Amino acid sequence: MKSKAPLLFIITAIASLITAISFGIIATLQYVQFDFLKPFLTFNKVRPMHVTGALSWVLLSAIGGIYYYLQKDGLLKKQLLVSYHFIIFLLTGIGIYTCYALGIFGGKEYLEFPPILIIPILIGWFLFAYNVIGSLLNGFTKRPVYFWMWCTGSVFMIYHLSEAYIWLTPYFKDKFLANTALQWKAGGSFVGSWNMLVYGTATYVMAKLSPTSGVGTDKKSFFFYFLGLSNLMFGWAHHVYLIPIAPWIRYFAYLVSMTEWILLISIIYSWKKSLNFNTTIENKVVIKFLSSTDKWVLINLFVALLISIPAINYYTHGTHVTVAHSMGTTIGINTTILLASIAYIVQKENPNFNFKLVLKGLTFFNIALILFLITLLVAGASRSQWMYALEPSAFAAMQYKLKTVYLIMAILGSLLTTTILVMVLPLFKGLMKALRG
Amino acid sequence: MSKKFLILIVLICFFGVYNYLVYTQSQPPTKPLLSTNALQGQKLWQDNNCNSCHQFYGLGGYLGPDITNVYSLKGGDFINAMLNSGISTMPLFHFSDLEKQNIITFLKEVDSTGFYPDKKSIIHKNGWVEISEK
Ligand code: HEC
Repeated sequence: MKSKAPLLFIITAIASLITAISFGIIATLQYVQFDFLKPFLTFNKVRPMHVTGALSWVLLSAIGGIYYYLQKDGLLKKQLLVSYHFIIFLLTGIGIYTCYALGIFGGKEYLEFPPILIIPILIGWFLFAYNVIGSLLNGFTKRPVYFWMWCTGSVFMIYHLSEAYIWLTPYFKDKFLANTALQWKAGGSFVGSWNMLVYGTATYVMAKLSPTSGVGTDKKSFFFYFLGLSNLMFGWAHHVYLIPIAPWIRYFAYLVSMTEWILLISIIYSWKKSLNFNTTIENKVVIKFLSSTDKWVLINLFVALLISIPAINYYTHGTHVTVAHSMGTTIGINTTILLASIAYIVQKENPNFNFKLVLKGLTFFNIALILFLITLLVAGASRSQWMYALEPSAFAAMQYKLKTVYLIMAILGSLLTTTILVMVLPLFKGLMKALRG
Repeated sequence: MSKKFLILIVLICFFGVYNYLVYTQSQPPTKPLLSTNALQGQKLWQDNNCNSCHQFYGLGGYLGPDITNVYSLKGGDFINAMLNSGISTMPLFHFSDLEKQNIITFLKEVDSTGFYPDKKSIIHKNGWVEISEK
């Protein structure tokens, strides 16, 4: 019998997304009003709750989609393991949120929960990698690129999640600079690994919509796979340009980051072509999401490339420009891909599903997101100006001056939240129907 | 073996060598190591998720200031007064004297590793930034 666990992953992913945006709004309100919800829910609890929700959204919906597609194509070998994986992640997630609510931390940034909880997370990823690779091993070298991406993504995920705990080892324990560098190496490559899963999903969906296009099997697809993989492995160090670690590591990262211009140029070059699908009415919503992705890739890649130049990074590092970059990619790129994937699944499960509201939401979502990102860039630029000002002023004075910007950020954040809800609530309903059906 | 698989293997070998070099060389030998007391302080730093609001070298949350060099700029007494103050958004902590001392030691040793923001950096024409040494 087919397991329903893939759908459960996606449903939980949407719940995580709603959690993430709720805590995101609380977080922005704490920028506006410093004692908002103090002492119950201080920012050191709110921030990890927001970030964990966002990470879970991306990872769970990618995982659920991958299981679903492997199952649909008759490739998935171990149905039962999917349920075990789901239960492990669900319980761990509940554990993590309980710790945050009680103010129990102990980890490093983005993995603030007590380190012991990484063990069930790693077990879950092992089950995933074992199941995905095991299902695809037969004739692997001839398989399309998205399968390569899922397999490598899952293996590197395990590697970099483990690497994120290297600071616990006796060799590294007392090396503050090395630990800071490695924390960002692990984190950067962790994001590279999830991008393998997410971009693999985008490629899968595109290949299914346009089977004759060569997407996923041609030379170009593999070229970009290897380019992405090299960036995953070697391109993380733009986070640590300004930290006094060994200079060659930073110099090497600068060189690797700049190879991504190839990607940018290629995207612009194939701009029209990439949208040339045989659109049927049912596919329309999926294509709309993916063409939004295309635009967000262009914008975000441009920003990412700029801030990967050390001379520019010098001014943007440590400000909300970095937040604009990370939110731009997780929301603009990853979320539109994952929503395309979910819309594709919902449509497969309920052929008569009405996507009208979802499409309306998407239009307003794109507008709200661009405005939100612009506000973050403005906040970042102001902080940078303050940081490098010749006449230093107090931190509190700078924050006070930025109050209006933060207020606009909160308003636009709420707007963005609304548009996300307009898109995901109907999809959520569609998935629930599929789960029951 | 297929050509694609070969490329993958070569990349992974490179990755192995690269990781070895990064793991062994990222901490320059001239930089100090954290003392036992500082490690205690670091534990308190993590147990209270100070990093959600504060940054070292610009890395962390932005609700509070970067405190890479707070020790040399403002001194131990100032930090001591801040820690249990519950000022602004900062949660009201109840650290013991020993705990406060360990946090201060940690901040002092972090401070000794370098500068941030480093206003004396030299920006080169090829886009490279040379940071100053402490
Ligand atoms: C919820 C956010 C938040 C958390 C968590 C937090 N702080 Fe703060 N902290 C602030 C803010 C905001 C300021 C600036 C207060 C002001 O000057 O108005 C500050 C100021 C400081 C200062 C003085 C910095 C300076 O340059 O004046 C130190 C030192 C400090 N915090 C240490 C810590 C330590 C250690 C922890 C963890 C035990 C911690 N903080 C947790 C928000 C936070």
